[in-house]
Amino acid sequence: MTALLALAVMLLARKRAAGLLRELPVAELRGVAQIVVVGAVLAFMLRGPQWTSLLVLIGMMLAAASIVRKRAKQIPRPFRLALISICAGAGIVLAIMIFFGVVTLKVAILVPVGSMVIANTMNTQSLFLDRLRGEVTSHVGEIESALALGASPDAALLPYLNAAFRACLIPSMDNIRSLGIVWIPGIMAGMVLSGASPLFAALYQFVVLTMIFSASALACFVSSHLVTRRIFTTQEQLVLH
Amino acid sequence: MHSTFQLACAQLGRALAVPETRSLLEGVSFSLARGEVLAVVGPSGAGKSTLLRLLNRLDEPTCGTIWLNGTDTRTLAPRELRRRIGMVMQRAYLFPGTVAENVAFGPRQHGLNISPDEIDALLAHVGLQGFGSRDALSLSGGEAQRIAITRALANQPEVLLLDEPTSALDETARRGVENLLESLIRERHLTCVWVTHSIEQARAMADKVLAIEAGRATAYGPAEEVLPA
Repeated sequence: MTALLALAVMLLARKRAAGLLRELPVAELRGVAQIVVVGAVLAFMLRGPQWTSLLVLIGMMLAAASIVRKRAKQIPRPFRLALISICAGAGIVLAIMIFFGVVTLKVAILVPVGSMVIANTMNTQSLFLDRLRGEVTSHVGEIESALALGASPDAALLPYLNAAFRACLIPSMDNIRSLGIVWIPGIMAGMVLSGASPLFAALYQFVVLTMIFSASALACFVSSHLVTRRIFTTQEQLVLH
Repeated sequence: MHSTFQLACAQLGRALAVPETRSLLEGVSFSLARGEVLAVVGPSGAGKSTLLRLLNRLDEPTCGTIWLNGTDTRTLAPRELRRRIGMVMQRAYLFPGTVAENVAFGPRQHGLNISPDEIDALLAHVGLQGFGSRDALSLSGGEAQRIAITRALANQPEVLLLDEPTSALDETARRGVENLLESLIRERHLTCVWVTHSIEQARAMADKVLAIEAGRATAYGPAEEVLPA
């Protein structure tokens, strides 16, 4: 029913994004198949050793990088760029949270929380690279003018990296801002439904959202340092036109 | 031989390998002594802008050699080369910020701060004294192109590349910018490669003329020989 509703909305708005309308049925079928498989795997893993959750998270990061690659086709070597950035962002933030005991290694906790952090980091990465590609292709003249005046690729790209960085973090920032007022997110709703204290559930949700923000920002920060070498040659010529 | 010229190139060319093998420019050679002006003429898409992009290495030549004061430019770091060979493009492409920030951009890239007085003096030279604090993106086309010229000259380049700098301007602004460029080139004794569509302009300004068609040089020599009156 909800899948049909999403299709109906996209059909209504087909003139705005015809490509997305074609992608949506496949994405929905793929999504439902994946989530059912994940549910079955989780049910199996809950009875297995804790280390298996790390394997699942590594697999998720690889899959996330592969999805980002498709959104950043014009940027050379996008898979490795996305993988390093997502591993640095989501990986480091999750490791810190595990170290301080905020997230435990239990499969039932690490896999769902980790998947939320990785998935949101992936979305932010896609937004960042897509926005950066747009900024660069619409400011080729300005970037090459800066290069022609003797600027380094980093200096020539800086305003557009900053614009992409700011834009891709707006959704995560707005999520934190609107928390509880506009939006009661999934984890909190699930915890309350399963009988946890609403206050504890609310705080835990805040922790998860700030983890998501930190991981996303860190991934984009790493990506912004790596991307310059991909869109300029060693002779400091812009390759992304 | 090439050390006697300020800028020279031999058999310069660029070919693309993808999506199909295609030559954008091939076999272009010329030499310019200090203060000489080379006019590059030819129809749209002939390869004139490609030539300028190869000269300051915004694109990589696939064959040939360029010498700047006798030095093979492949031995120079791209930033040093671009500081020494300035370029003014068809459009001004000013950066967001003030006019003064735009003028100071080039020198700042290699660690030099130019004073407000120096910026004012540069602006006075192009007839825009007192424009330093103006928003660069609010200027008219002609004013913006004058700032782009000032911005390139602030780096004190040895050679100036002009890629049809007046083609995007209306008639009045075009005449103003052309007159300005002519007086700057004469006063400063600038070595210049000037891409132009105007045969009159080439006759008036150039010591040498290079005619390009479909990526190949069809004529090269003293202006009075290539473009007889």
